[in-house]
Amino acid sequence: MVEVQLWSGLRALVDGKSSVQVEAKTVGEVLTGLVKAYPALQGPIDAGVSVAVDGRIIASALNEPVHPDSEVVLMQRLKGG
Amino acid sequence: MALDGTKDTAFKYVGTTPERPDGFDKVTGRARFGADMIAPGMLFGSIVRSPHAHARIVKIDTSKAEALDGVKAVVTRADFSSALECKPGMDGEIWNTLENVMAGEKALYDGHAIAAVAATSNLIARDAAKLIEVEYEILPHVTDVDLAMADDAPVIREGVTDYSVPKGMHPNVVRCHDQGHGDVEAGFAEADLVIEDHFTTEATHQGYIEPNACVATLGADGKGEVWCSTQGHWNVQKVCAALLDLETSQLRVTASEIGGGFGGKTTVFVEPVALALSRKANKPVKMVMTRAEVFRATGPTASTSMDVKIGMKKDGTITAAKGVFRLQGGAFPGAPCEFTAMCAFAPYNLANVHQTGYDVMSNRPKQAAYRAPGSPMAAFAVESVIDELCNQLGLDPIDVRLKNASHEGTRASYGPKFERIGLVETLEEAKAHPHYSAPLAEGQGRGVSCGFWFNHGGETSVSMAMSEDGSAQIMVGTPDIGGSRASMALMAAEVLGIPYDTIRCTIADTASLGYNEISHGSRVTYASGLAVIKSANAIVKELCRRAAAKWDIDADAVIWEDGYAKPSGPNAGDFEPLHIAEITATMGATGGPINGHFEATPEGAGVSFATHIVDAEVDKETGATKVVRYTVVQDAGKAIHPTYVEGQYQGGAAQGIGWALNEEYIYGEDGRLQNAGFLDYRIPVASDLPMIDTVIVEVPNPGHPFGVRGVGETSICPPLAAIANAVSAAAGVRMRNLPMSPPRILAALDAKSG
Amino acid sequence: MSKIHVTTKINGDTVEFLCDPRETVLDVLRDRLGLTGAKEGCGTGDCGACSVTLDGRLVCSCLVLGAEADGKEIGTVEGIAQGEDLHPLQEKFIEYAALQCGICTPGILVAAKSLLEKNPDPTEEQVRYWLAGNLCRCTGYDKIIRAVMDTAADLREAS
Repeated sequence: MVEVQLWSGLRALVDGKSSVQVEAKTVGEVLTGLVKAYPALQGPIDAGVSVAVDGRIIASALNEPVHPDSEVVLMQRLKGG
Repeated sequence: MALDGTKDTAFKYVGTTPERPDGFDKVTGRARFGADMIAPGMLFGSIVRSPHAHARIVKIDTSKAEALDGVKAVVTRADFSSALECKPGMDGEIWNTLENVMAGEKALYDGHAIAAVAATSNLIARDAAKLIEVEYEILPHVTDVDLAMADDAPVIREGVTDYSVPKGMHPNVVRCHDQGHGDVEAGFAEADLVIEDHFTTEATHQGYIEPNACVATLGADGKGEVWCSTQGHWNVQKVCAALLDLETSQLRVTASEIGGGFGGKTTVFVEPVALALSRKANKPVKMVMTRAEVFRATGPTASTSMDVKIGMKKDGTITAAKGVFRLQGGAFPGAPCEFTAMCAFAPYNLANVHQTGYDVMSNRPKQAAYRAPGSPMAAFAVESVIDELCNQLGLDPIDVRLKNASHEGTRASYGPKFERIGLVETLEEAKAHPHYSAPLAEGQGRGVSCGFWFNHGGETSVSMAMSEDGSAQIMVGTPDIGGSRASMALMAAEVLGIPYDTIRCTIADTASLGYNEISHGSRVTYASGLAVIKSANAIVKELCRRAAAKWDIDADAVIWEDGYAKPSGPNAGDFEPLHIAEITATMGATGGPINGHFEATPEGAGVSFATHIVDAEVDKETGATKVVRYTVVQDAGKAIHPTYVEGQYQGGAAQGIGWALNEEYIYGEDGRLQNAGFLDYRIPVASDLPMIDTVIVEVPNPGHPFGVRGVGETSICPPLAAIANAVSAAAGVRMRNLPMSPPRILAALDAKSG
Repeated sequence: MSKIHVTTKINGDTVEFLCDPRETVLDVLRDRLGLTGAKEGCGTGDCGACSVTLDGRLVCSCLVLGAEADGKEIGTVEGIAQGEDLHPLQEKFIEYAALQCGICTPGILVAAKSLLEKNPDPTEEQVRYWLAGNLCRCTGYDKIIRAVMDTAADLREAS
């Protein structure tokens, strides 16, 4: 299981938790795992998210690997000017 | 992306400063920008714009315009796709883009496009635009961020608030980002001094000198061509196809030379309108915005209202930090409130931190990205409070920042732990710089600030081809907004071992290369550069294979060094090194053309930090401020072309000086923009500025083969705060509202003495 | 509206054109004569991207009507280089990275050349004030000022 940390604005959608455990080997599986556990997360994920894995911000690639001991943090999708 | 292990090698070409390949064209007037294209038989387009901040469009009568000699087409919203849907938050972005380039039921801001006309000359097109009669029912409007959130504010559009907004807020609040860790209240209780303050910044424009321009052709067969000034032509292709119900691949888009963008040309404005006119007239249509149109209808940055509270111990340790950031982004969702919130406290290692951002709609033009969107405003508020804490506790501002600085392993205020970062190095360089210890003259003040930006990777395709004579050509898909063609050629030269001058880098059109994301997020040298290195690596591998075949040895027994294939050692055999040109000369007969390509979404952009030092002098009689000395210290990871890196540092600082001191969108009571021209919207001119000193710090990014971090955007993050801190010190009064124009400074001085 | 017949010299060549009474020199250069080196950044004389010389005097071509050019000599960025030889200012601008996007560069080169013809030994302050009418959004002016100052020094040494 991978522990996914969520930004506090999402807590209302996940019974007040600050993190959620999901079964996942990739960033894509992290996202599908989150929606499976908490369907209410579909909205924010569709609106655009990035995932930080051990400090490296994965802006959009779903095939990047995650490991059970990885630090995984859900973030708003990154872009720039 | 994995490391290639090349980081420790000494560079031969990378880090040198050869002349840019576009230089000759640009000094002779040959370079072709958006408005410089001429198509045979082309028409000229002009847009009718709303004079009202908020109004229902009752009726559009185009008959008089259509009757004018030379008019070939008139379009309104009915000529665009009807398949797009308005949705909450950012889900409706494609509909929002359509609504912005051509109004539907309502005019949402002064300058909103209502109709457009194409005619045989520019003068006829403008005359015809004046003949289009629009009947409006004027609605109440709001342009201020705090007023737009108030209970009695007019609603811009119902139903666009997304899941993130707490219940009970005004419908104009459309998105919210809330984040933090630790216990801020407990942290404030531990502090010896807590300061909470309110700050505002006004909307500013990217101020690119080249107005948005394009030439577009579209036939009834659904095939089209666009030539335009853009930061991302694949995005133009995708968005225009959606807005006009076309197949994406049937639209070919070529990026012209771009006369400045700074984030403002990451979207579309005139391109879909020109295509719609062209389809109707069956002729090419050129559209060039006037400067007033650029100000009224293209994206300025968000204006803000911010509250920041920070607690500090007597020794300078920050115990807790909290911020609320309200961003007004015009009549559409999208103000970068999440970036403002996430960047605000990123430079600091904080046990207790909480940040909230609100995206608020008002009757202003749709905000667009502007160089590190959202971050400079946050830094202004946060770094002003830290400066005030340092003042009141008698602490050195750089020492305090060093004491609290984020470093590798620190949990960032936005969640994850940092990888290798260079903030501490920039602070140490700033502290050691002669500027920091130079004496100040009477009436001057010194300010310091840190700044942070994420940087970005993004979808990237690059293709590279060898010529028979051993020279190489590179095709990239990221418009060159900062000298990137030179940087790409330098990186390819490094890998191939051939001189910089033998490589030509071209910005390919959408029909000649795979998809590329926009030139944004300071991504070009990082992502396109990484793809260039990978493409060159593929070519080197093939060159070695050809040499091995010639020598009849194993390909693994050939190495590539400085432009030559060589046997890897005595065991591999004794052969004279083969020069690249000897291999390419016979490539047609030894296996065919030698090309390389690379496609990926590289995910290792590496965040970046800067520290700026500013000396400012305030004339207390007139309120005028002069920046007398400026030093930029920023981590570039690895500077591929150091002179062009300096150029990015200096340009960001200059834009920051404008934002801090003069630039602002000024709206009247009637909701109309009052300063839609360079005379009244005053960007810095040569006589306003000093030389801008730069220090390039190089803390390699582990996510790039040569260690590159993006450099374009971070340079605009610290200036607002650094200048505000300098001006506050010089004037003897804390400046909380930007721009610090003479009237604001005089008012602050009066309030203090009064 | 009938058009006006105008005879001028542009970069040394005699040029005739017909223009609408409302068209500016900039409109004529760009849309009628295909000389797109001068750029339109504002159309109101605020940005200097359209700078040309009119009988040797530096002007914003967006503020001069095409009809006013009759009998006059116009100098544009296209006329700065002599054959294949770049003017020292042009060379120095490339060498010093005094341009980024390049949209302001034609106007700044025309203006800087005009300055050095009047004042071969300008101070930094004089260069900054002379170029105050030419907006650049990319560079912060630092490298532009250095390029002009150094070109001036080189030209003084050469003369």
